[in-house]
Amino acid sequence: MTRTQTTPTLVTRERPKAPASTPGRIGESTIRSDGVPKVRGEFEYSSDLWMNGMLWGATLRSPHPHANIWSLDTSEAEAMPGVYAVLTHEDVPGRKVYGMEIPDQPVLAWERVRYQGEPIAIVAADHPETARRALDRISVEYEVLEPVTDAEEAMSESAPKLHLSGNVLRHVRIEHGDPAATADVVVTGEYEIGMQDHAFLGPESGLAVPDEEGGVDLYISTQWLHIDRDQVAESLGLDPGMVRLTLSGVGGAFGGREDLSMQIHACLLALHTSRPVKMVYNREESFFGHVHRHPAKMRYEHGATSDGRLVYVRARLIFDGGAYASSSNAVCLNAATFACGPYDVPHAEIDSYMLYTNNPPCGAMRGFGAVQACFAHESQMDELAQALGMDPVELRIENAIEPGMRFPFGQEVPPPAPVAELLERVSAVPMPEEKEVVGRDLRELPGGVSNVTHGEGVERGVGYALGFKNIGFSAGFDDYSTARVTLSVEDDEPLARVHTAAAEVGQGLITVQAQIARTELGIEKVVVLPADTRVGSAGSSSASRQTYMTGAAVKMACEAVREHLFERVREEFGEDPGDLFLEDGRVVSGGHGIVVLLTELIGGEEIEELVEFHHKETIPLDEKGQGDAHVQFAFAAHRAVVEVDTELGLVRVVEIASAQDVGKAMNPQALEGQIEGGIAQGLGLALMEEIQIGEGKVLNASFTDYLIPTILDMPPVRAEILELADPEAPYGLKGVGEPPTIASTPAIVAALRDATGRKLSRVPVKPDQIVGLAKKPPDRPLQPGSRGPQGEES
Amino acid sequence: MRLSCRVNGEDRQVEGVWEGESLLYVLRERLGLPGSKNACEQGECGSCSVYLGGVLVCSCLVLAGQAEGCEILTVEGLAEGEALHPVQEAFVETGAVQCGFCTPGLIISTHDLLERNPDPTDAEIREALAGNLCRCTGYEKILDAVRLATIRTGTNEDPS
Repeated sequence: MTRTQTTPTLVTRERPKAPASTPGRIGESTIRSDGVPKVRGEFEYSSDLWMNGMLWGATLRSPHPHANIWSLDTSEAEAMPGVYAVLTHEDVPGRKVYGMEIPDQPVLAWERVRYQGEPIAIVAADHPETARRALDRISVEYEVLEPVTDAEEAMSESAPKLHLSGNVLRHVRIEHGDPAATADVVVTGEYEIGMQDHAFLGPESGLAVPDEEGGVDLYISTQWLHIDRDQVAESLGLDPGMVRLTLSGVGGAFGGREDLSMQIHACLLALHTSRPVKMVYNREESFFGHVHRHPAKMRYEHGATSDGRLVYVRARLIFDGGAYASSSNAVCLNAATFACGPYDVPHAEIDSYMLYTNNPPCGAMRGFGAVQACFAHESQMDELAQALGMDPVELRIENAIEPGMRFPFGQEVPPPAPVAELLERVSAVPMPEEKEVVGRDLRELPGGVSNVTHGEGVERGVGYALGFKNIGFSAGFDDYSTARVTLSVEDDEPLARVHTAAAEVGQGLITVQAQIARTELGIEKVVVLPADTRVGSAGSSSASRQTYMTGAAVKMACEAVREHLFERVREEFGEDPGDLFLEDGRVVSGGHGIVVLLTELIGGEEIEELVEFHHKETIPLDEKGQGDAHVQFAFAAHRAVVEVDTELGLVRVVEIASAQDVGKAMNPQALEGQIEGGIAQGLGLALMEEIQIGEGKVLNASFTDYLIPTILDMPPVRAEILELADPEAPYGLKGVGEPPTIASTPAIVAALRDATGRKLSRVPVKPDQIVGLAKKPPDRPLQPGSRGPQGEES
Repeated sequence: MRLSCRVNGEDRQVEGVWEGESLLYVLRERLGLPGSKNACEQGECGSCSVYLGGVLVCSCLVLAGQAEGCEILTVEGLAEGEALHPVQEAFVETGAVQCGFCTPGLIISTHDLLERNPDPTDAEIREALAGNLCRCTGYEKILDAVRLATIRTGTNEDPS
């Protein structure tokens, strides 16, 4: 093993480079400004950070999902050459727990561990391998306890209480209309959804650099710098001003970077050793290092009139929140409010429960509660259509919710809400050509070049689904974003600098901020400064909110700069500000043409405006689950066409068609990317993605065993984009990131049902479900070497 | 141990390499070339793809010692100076880059595909890139990028 010879250094790192400006105004497909550094391998992600003299951090994690810790001995590890620090809960100077909604998660565990992978101790060493070996020298004496691994069992009185507050983290109940309503036709169903992982490619990582005054700089990939900063400072026992965060390159997020991972740990080690400390999880550790999508069990009853009008929905949703709270409270609320789907439901009774268990903690993931509910309500709509003998598309259109109606949680549906139109649009997309199966290129058959079918046993199916999602933070949260825009002259050209703390996680936010500034200020050169905590909070890059929220803040800041300029033009030239606009670097009057060049007007000055944008007020649900809880609703419809090898249960998705109302396509190319990428994650959940848990332990913490769609799995996507402006939103835009992930899953499963005639009530759908092998014994005798039935559903 | 190899056309020598280090680690942490990415370090995602002696490899699965005396080409060495290779250009222009963590590996793999097969069909593109995971794009724009790069590299090599 090697030891680095360099001496520690406390030089503050250079700030990351601001990407070059690329042309493009809002509504134009604009090439992303960080694209060139990314294709050259020069873009600095949080795992690329490097400093002379830096140490490597590593984390000791519990091998047990539930255990008492009787003793912890770090002396052997501390004595190893190359090891600079071994820290435990005793070394956490401030608050020993953290959490976004409820601080219930230990920074480093003491007395008890509640999930497999829970951090217990951290090490800093001069080489990552030295750090890993030091972890092996830490002795922990555990008393292994029986884990609580089933959310329904966690509800029972006899289950051990995992937290002082009990195992029910939240219960949201919605009562709407008449609880005793009856209907001509009733369908019931039970649906289950497995635990999905974000599987972002850039692992949790970052670099903490101590300053010489007891503070720390943290370079990090995250979704929300300020909530990280506040939690880190609280646990370090420091004033938030002494903890400065700078966004490093983020390798995808999808909700999985809302919670802290290595942030506090790296800062603790850096402050303790007075050296920069880098931490990078490997893929296995990443599966333990962030929360996952909540698994759910959902029981539904739908009642309808014999001519196909919905009468009532009764649902009981049970979510496994895992060991700690994360953002489970909000997921529980979301799922309850979205439980009935985008339909006009006169009577509803919804119970949504969130439980603590000893399974891995679950929290935010793209779709956030709406994904689970959508799989259930859309499966129910198909069941209902079948019971009524109706076309599933017609049933949905018949019951589609419209502006002015009320959701079951009491909020009036704001316009635009083109639910029926989206479904009509997606149905009108021409069907993909159905090539003769026999004689096809193998790569166009289920199973591909595994050469398992030449067309025999292959059936095609088509399925539809509708989904929706709230945009922005809900239920009384004062959600805001801050932007600073500075206009000056550089190289004889007007230049705007845009500074926010909003996290670019791959979605294209930097580009859209620059597009907005160019549009509002009528200039070409815009620099979006690196996101950091030197400016106020932008809120989270989640809930599909950041283009709406930070977009609005940048727009407002530009407007303030513009007003400032126009006021000066009024003073100097006597022009009416109401008659002025900015174009091509000039102030132009509607009546008198060009008034002045911006370069002349600004001269050597810097015109700077700092604004905060808050979205409209929302309120928490009352005890009957009623209230104007959400800001904006975004809708999407999907149609899936699949081909199934009905003998082997292998699936090829032929095509996904999508129709989504986006309000305003700010950057059409980036928007398509959100739709296509979101659908890929929905396809993954439908067909392959599940963290397998056995007795509270993760069984597939690798990309060998946790499968995400490859380029062979993803079909072409036909996207219909509607731009119906939301009168309350900046530029009329709607959040776009999440809707593609919501209805794509149930659309694919509906297509599988259409192809196979099976019920398929659990996702991801596995081959044994498709061929009907899982619960009942196979019809034919077992062949030598076969494993026999495993238990399943019909 | 000491490692000597030629990286992106330059002779490089590093001292003090621990025998267990991967080529990926040496490139990223010792040679200042973090362009090859560490998404899985399990040989499953292709984000660390480089050429080793002209052969496409996952550098996370190559022990650094195996690269002794070898020629290595990484994403940083694909184009000279400020210029972009046509494959790089195509990825930027078509929107095939989102978070970008898979991008260096995909660019190297695409480069390799087009070297072997200058005019691939869609099915051939899918097959060639099946070892490169992307979590953001849904691959549609990556296909667009490869199609565009195919046209551009074809034009470059054969002006007729």
